[in-house]
Amino acid sequence: MSGGNVDSLANVTEEAVISIRDLDVYRGGLRALADVSLTVRSGIVTGLLGPSGSGKTTLMRAIVGVQIVKRGEVSVLGLPAGSVELRKRIAYVTQAPAVYGDLTVRENLSFFAGVLGVAENRIQHAITTVGLKSQTDQVVNTLSGGERSRASLAIAMLGDPEVLVLDEPTVGLDPVLRQDLWQTFHRLADEGRTVLVSTHVMDEADRCDELILMREGQIVASGSPRQLLERSQTDNLEQAFLTLAEAS
Amino acid sequence: MNPRITFATARRVADQLRRDPRTLALIFVVPPALLALLRYVFDEQPQTFDRVGGPLVGIFPLIMMFLITSIAMLRERTSGTLERLMSMPLAKLDLLLGYGLTFALVAAVQAGITGAVAFGLLDFQTAGAVWALILIAVANAILGMALGLFLSAFATSEYQAVQFMPAFVAPQILLAGLFVPRDRMPAVLEQISMFLPFTYAYDALAKVTANEIDSWLWLDIAVIAASILLALALGATTLRRRTP
Repeated sequence: MSGGNVDSLANVTEEAVISIRDLDVYRGGLRALADVSLTVRSGIVTGLLGPSGSGKTTLMRAIVGVQIVKRGEVSVLGLPAGSVELRKRIAYVTQAPAVYGDLTVRENLSFFAGVLGVAENRIQHAITTVGLKSQTDQVVNTLSGGERSRASLAIAMLGDPEVLVLDEPTVGLDPVLRQDLWQTFHRLADEGRTVLVSTHVMDEADRCDELILMREGQIVASGSPRQLLERSQTDNLEQAFLTLAEAS
Repeated sequence: MNPRITFATARRVADQLRRDPRTLALIFVVPPALLALLRYVFDEQPQTFDRVGGPLVGIFPLIMMFLITSIAMLRERTSGTLERLMSMPLAKLDLLLGYGLTFALVAAVQAGITGAVAFGLLDFQTAGAVWALILIAVANAILGMALGLFLSAFATSEYQAVQFMPAFVAPQILLAGLFVPRDRMPAVLEQISMFLPFTYAYDALAKVTANEIDSWLWLDIAVIAASILLALALGATTLRRRTP
């Protein structure tokens, strides 16, 4: 599980798949990210935790390479973020479901399978992974909000991405399904992929192997849940977040 | 660019239209219905009717495709699907050509139906070949699509996009020579009309209707083609991989 030699900085840098240095981003005239530096490793699930408006989405957009940045370096798999070669190797799921509402789940997936160049049999696999089997031929607009997010998530499961960047993928889902999805994220990580998941729900934090706490565009703390608890001398992550946010 | 992705896009756009039968019905029924209305409005003025009737068959696809494309592209932007596609291995040209393929097919069917009704049932007159008229109508539809694609980047809501029709299309129709021949307009307006793509689109249709196959017709067609390419190129620059 988590922990182990995480403390060894040399080791972390060596395995870093995503590495960000001195990143500054302005959105709508406001500083959305201020001097952010971090690394994310492969083989584990990294959680990006912070309140709404703390810069999680902006950070993810910068990693995927769709965000105009003011200053700083973002590299993924050793390439500058946004490189053409990376478009096949990263899967990005936005917070708002980015699917075609007037198409069925299957039609949506079959289009994106065509774009990604993956075989048709991956479609069924992706639908099963997100638990949308009985809604396969339903038009997306007639689905519930949670089902729509899952349809959007399924698209990320189509290809064979080395890096998954998932923006609040479990919001509004029932607990059983949430549990299933977190198991899926860990399975993907166990296969050696890099999984970065954002959430503003504290009780999801201890499902992550490693956490990055964000507040007002800055990184407040990072480490495994156990490390964060030790450092803040508290017994729950919500309290740890408050203590560490105040200290920074 | 990749044919697999282009065709996947074309099929997806076709699927979306198929799932919206009311829109398809409007696309195919409204133009012939309007021409029928026009035919009886001009019942007492057959000369005017003969002059504008034929070209109108090819003007509808231009207007329709302009509107449909600007809305479709706006939806692609606001739904987040464009951002998703821009993070995938899809070339901008794949997206543009994917839309182009399906919409050109729809435009061809629309122009075919409109032409069949106009010349077959409504006594529309043309000295030229009907197939040539329909071919130019399809070219005009692609022009409308390319312009709609480009202009949709300047609309942030459907309300705005719909206003581009009176703001951008209507003046061009007025200046194209459909209502008043261009050489009878004030000189300034005639000059302005020379820089508007609709002028050449209408002129080509009018020439084919009158069976005046001269070098000016080829110039018209060349300008339509160049306008399509220019609008597509400008449209491609509005599809941004990185956004603020």
